[in-house]
Amino acid sequence: MHIELIRRPERSAWMAFLSPVLAIVLTVIAGFIIFVASRVDPFGALYIYFIDSLTAWWSIQDLIVKMTPLILIAVGLSLCYLSNTWNIGAEGQLAAGAIAGSVLPIFFPDWEGPLVVAIMLVMGVLGGMAYAAIPAILKTRFGANEILTSLMLVYVAGYVLDWLARGPWRNPAGHNFPNSRQFSDGQLLPVIAGQHITISIIFALIVAAAAWLLLRKTLTGFQIRVLGQAPRAGAFAGFSQSRMIMIAFLISGGLAGLAGVCEVAGPLGQLRISVSPGYGFTAIIVAFLGRLNPLGIIVSSFVLALSYLGGEGVQIAYGVSDQIARVFQGMLLFFVLACDALIFYRIRIVRRVVAAAPVAPAMEATRGRV
Amino acid sequence: MSATDARLTTSVKRPSGRPTGEPTLEAIGITKDFATLRANDHINFAIRPGEIHALLGENGAGKSTLVKILYGALQPTFGEIRWKGKSVTIVNPAAARRLGIGMVFQHFSLFDALTVAENISLALADGAGVATLRERITRVSAEYGLPLNPNSTVADLSVGERQRVEIVRCLLQEPQLIIMDEPTSVLTPQEADDLFMTLRRLTDEGCSVLYISHRLEEVKQICHHATILRHGKVVAECDPQRETAARLATLMVGAELRELHAPEPVNAAAKVRLAIHDLSMPRPHPFATALDHVSLEVRAGEIVSIAGVAGNGQDELFDALSGEARAKSAEAIQIDGVPVGRRGVNVRRRLNAAFVPEERLGHGAVPRMPLSENVVLTRHGTREGLVRSGVVNFAGARGIVGRITEVFDVRKGSPDPEASSLSGGNLQKFVVGREFDRQPGVLVVCQPTWGVDAGAATTIRQALIDLARAGSAVLVISQDLDEILEISDRVAVISKGHLSAAHDARGMSREDIGLLMGGAGHGGGAGGTHAH
Repeated sequence: MHIELIRRPERSAWMAFLSPVLAIVLTVIAGFIIFVASRVDPFGALYIYFIDSLTAWWSIQDLIVKMTPLILIAVGLSLCYLSNTWNIGAEGQLAAGAIAGSVLPIFFPDWEGPLVVAIMLVMGVLGGMAYAAIPAILKTRFGANEILTSLMLVYVAGYVLDWLARGPWRNPAGHNFPNSRQFSDGQLLPVIAGQHITISIIFALIVAAAAWLLLRKTLTGFQIRVLGQAPRAGAFAGFSQSRMIMIAFLISGGLAGLAGVCEVAGPLGQLRISVSPGYGFTAIIVAFLGRLNPLGIIVSSFVLALSYLGGEGVQIAYGVSDQIARVFQGMLLFFVLACDALIFYRIRIVRRVVAAAPVAPAMEATRGRV
Repeated sequence: MSATDARLTTSVKRPSGRPTGEPTLEAIGITKDFATLRANDHINFAIRPGEIHALLGENGAGKSTLVKILYGALQPTFGEIRWKGKSVTIVNPAAARRLGIGMVFQHFSLFDALTVAENISLALADGAGVATLRERITRVSAEYGLPLNPNSTVADLSVGERQRVEIVRCLLQEPQLIIMDEPTSVLTPQEADDLFMTLRRLTDEGCSVLYISHRLEEVKQICHHATILRHGKVVAECDPQRETAARLATLMVGAELRELHAPEPVNAAAKVRLAIHDLSMPRPHPFATALDHVSLEVRAGEIVSIAGVAGNGQDELFDALSGEARAKSAEAIQIDGVPVGRRGVNVRRRLNAAFVPEERLGHGAVPRMPLSENVVLTRHGTREGLVRSGVVNFAGARGIVGRITEVFDVRKGSPDPEASSLSGGNLQKFVVGREFDRQPGVLVVCQPTWGVDAGAATTIRQALIDLARAGSAVLVISQDLDEILEISDRVAVISKGHLSAAHDARGMSREDIGLLMGGAGHGGGAGGTHAH
């Protein structure tokens, strides 16, 4: 006996829209079961996880601070995934952006002002782009699988960052903590609301709107969609697959780099051995949960940012593992892909082997829609 | 005496009247609704043992829906299927096979890298050993005149041989009814004759065949009975041998078919608009064909056709002409005297060339994109103003869709549907119409009327002729000999990546072209197993 996935002749547009909602409901149900199994009051824990963070201004600020890098990175990744390019290394590109964006404040602590901040942002973007160009070149020149190379480069970037923060860039007056010096006030992004919400959330919203326009209205967006859905038709249209791989990596790397520099010049205020609690990976979930649609990503980044905060909240209130946020995020991705798979395919249980049926990967299901 | 020898002593005979006997399969009031569309409307018909029963109709007449219902791939909204007098529900294709219904699809589902025996063993439910299977394949293929070596790799087989693999696979399940969807569309005339012999042998044993084809001459030649569908209803049943092809076509379309306007002779002094000079291309992948010193000139005002069995280099030639594959030298391909061998498809389009590939979905059109975006696909770089400073004018593209729809009578459910929602014939009309709409100076079109019904085929062929007579150069790559003889001024034949000299079409017969297609021009060839 085996199970076959059979492509449905017609997709339900309504269900494609509902899929992320369904995935969130299933995640809550699964979370309930996990809390019960861990002998934690499930109602209390779920309340703290999903509602409590929304009841105080300080935690809403924190939510927006966490949404910002998720939106920036996920928008870039959605362009990649729509063009059938699989950049899994945004976490590394974020680190590269943070490192490049820290050069000025670390070496020239006296240079301050809006122009310096602008240059820092540009350097962060360029750092992320340069780092993303490595897997893109490996792919277009040598055909190396970009999923593997971009993922492996995450760890390289992580170690370089670790080495810099512990070694050459460590704050000489920092009591041996593995951090760089604190950036000067004139080297930080301006705060626009509350105590921590910087102008970077505006960048994120502009980027999302621009990406939406890019996909809907421009020839480049059209190329992304055509090459992602039908590479052969893309070639017939005269679009270059390898040029698109390069563009997709540079855009997504640049945006991850921007997210990185916005972290060090924003909430962190210095370069540390770790500059992200896994935003680069979480953004993959954000992208898929947001249907690879830049505007949908704004909504889904809210859900994932909440999962970070709620995870911390439950950890403090009930003493559960610090991996709880990762567990919830993983379940969310699992359920959204599973829902998508069932929207695009139906399951058939075959008692005997009849014929080889094509079994398509679930990730493919979300491609082809904006 | 081997099966091949036996074939030579018998000729294809016309069937003698409709067999009598209780029907093998009977459809009673079969109706299928898709949302608001009634694809099948109270269809009644019966297939008798030993009968070759033709199912005729235009694209969208409901043939595919009916066949899918009979093969268990779709369930009727209501209506009854009787198998040997008993009412049955065919829940899926496996159930159909268990009853004794086999199907040979138009598009083969074979793995190139596997052998014949391996391919067949994948499809069989019983899981018998490959050794016994080889022996069974050899026996069955000899019995029905389908010479086949179970150890051959599918990639090395001609299209006709691949179809034999499909048929043998079907026969090993000992069916009493075989459904064949356009089986001769990819065959040379000689290969088609071989197939008809096999069908005769099957029906002599009492097996029934449901035969779907657009080729009315061949239906007249081999079928005992015909059921004609139009708009989902049975409009006529007849003995095809007593009707003329024109009468059958009229029944299918519901109106008299337009006669093609006879082409006028070409002025031999007209300028060459498309020139191919000594074009050689390496094979892009192990299962492709290398192009071998191809040369051809197409002049303003003429239609030149390239005939040949599928897989002899047509795709590779098309890719080289369109610019999807680049030639080694710029001079190898010239459009209006401009060397473009090393330039991309959009440079060629700006020189007012247009291309229509064979594969509609996935190559000529993006399946999940609306028609308007598919207009942008080939026309974004042609300086028509569809793209201004990087911004696409999708509203303008929708206007072009309206124009194409009107001129080529593309039938669709909504103003701008996804390409994949159109029926094959309507999508073909759109893909062809999209290029005609630009009035190209050079048109390269692959299989212009493949899978298109008689009415639409006439429209497309007339448009090709009109375009050429207006001064364009038209190159048609086709496997349909009737089409080639109907519209071409000159014909060349491609075989194993080699292109023959172009001959005047008026001096050629089907058989002349057929022999060249089989590679008779230079010893052996793709149809090498034939006893020519």
